[in-house]
Amino acid sequence: MDMNLLAKAIVMGASAIGAGLAMIAGIGPGIGEGFAVGKAIESMARQPEASGDCTRTMFIGCAIAESTGIYAFVVALLLMFANPFIGEL
Amino acid sequence: MPIQQISTAALDIHGPKIVFTIPGINWKITETVVVGWIIIVLIFALCIFLTRNLKRSPETKRQVIAEYLVSSVNNLVRQNMGAKYMKYAPYIAMLISYAALGSLISLLGLRSMTADVNTTLTWGVMTFVLITYEKFRSNGFLGYFKSYTQPVPVITPINIISEVATPVSMAFRLFGNIAGGMVITGIIYMALAAASSALHLSFAIGPFSINVLQVGIPAVLSVYFDLFAGCIQAYIFATLTMVNVAQD
Repeated sequence: MDMNLLAKAIVMGASAIGAGLAMIAGIGPGIGEGFAVGKAIESMARQPEASGDCTRTMFIGCAIAESTGIYAFVVALLLMFANPFIGEL
Repeated sequence: MPIQQISTAALDIHGPKIVFTIPGINWKITETVVVGWIIIVLIFALCIFLTRNLKRSPETKRQVIAEYLVSSVNNLVRQNMGAKYMKYAPYIAMLISYAALGSLISLLGLRSMTADVNTTLTWGVMTFVLITYEKFRSNGFLGYFKSYTQPVPVITPINIISEVATPVSMAFRLFGNIAGGMVITGIIYMALAAASSALHLSFAIGPFSINVLQVGIPAVLSVYFDLFAGCIQAYIFATLTMVNVAQD
């Protein structure tokens, strides 16, 4: 069998697995944003007049908590659609 | 029908295509730039339409809408940055309108402008310049460099990294959300095409093929990924800019 093809197949398979593994990072932001939204709703129920402030702060917090998930997603996208390792062969 | 054949044919995810090349200097004009021009023209036309013959007390609906837009941005800036940073209100209004329209233009079938990391990283760099300018202004020249060695000098590299990470994380957040929506929508389309041909629900009329499951279901996703994510991310980008630029 052609060695180059075999190497390419291994790299592609490993990249697909790596993309899947990278997206495990989605667990973290999911749990974190869930906590944030839960607490925000709790405080809104306690003080409905402050709901505007609560919502705004919650969105910023969620956006910051989301960062790690987005980084993982960018890595997964790179591995799937702009793979830097296939060019190395 | 072999699954392999369907799944490789339908998934079409690519970067922005090159629309044309400026001859001579060999600049490649991509879809992103062209969509950006379209949005600039849209916003310009909207501004002219909304602000034609303004009166002291609003008589037309147009003027009420224009006043509402301006005053809501002003309130946002005043709440998040304070009254002494009101000069940033036009910049924030530009960010919100440009980012929101740049994401929402995918509803017209064009490629989202913000699904290109060049666009979002440009805005990130612009915000970084503003942050550095405000830090220079409030701390002074030496105070700015001294602030990197706070609280202990050992921590300087970490401070530099966190300084650079701000624009990069803002850029990747906007890019990742919009591009992610695009990729997920593409994958769902592919899966629905495969599912409807597996259930014998796809018909071919001339050159067009109609997959029954592709009708209606993607619209629900589009409401989330295009409308909701586009507007929320534009708002969050503007809010993070305001929070980071306002040093107190």
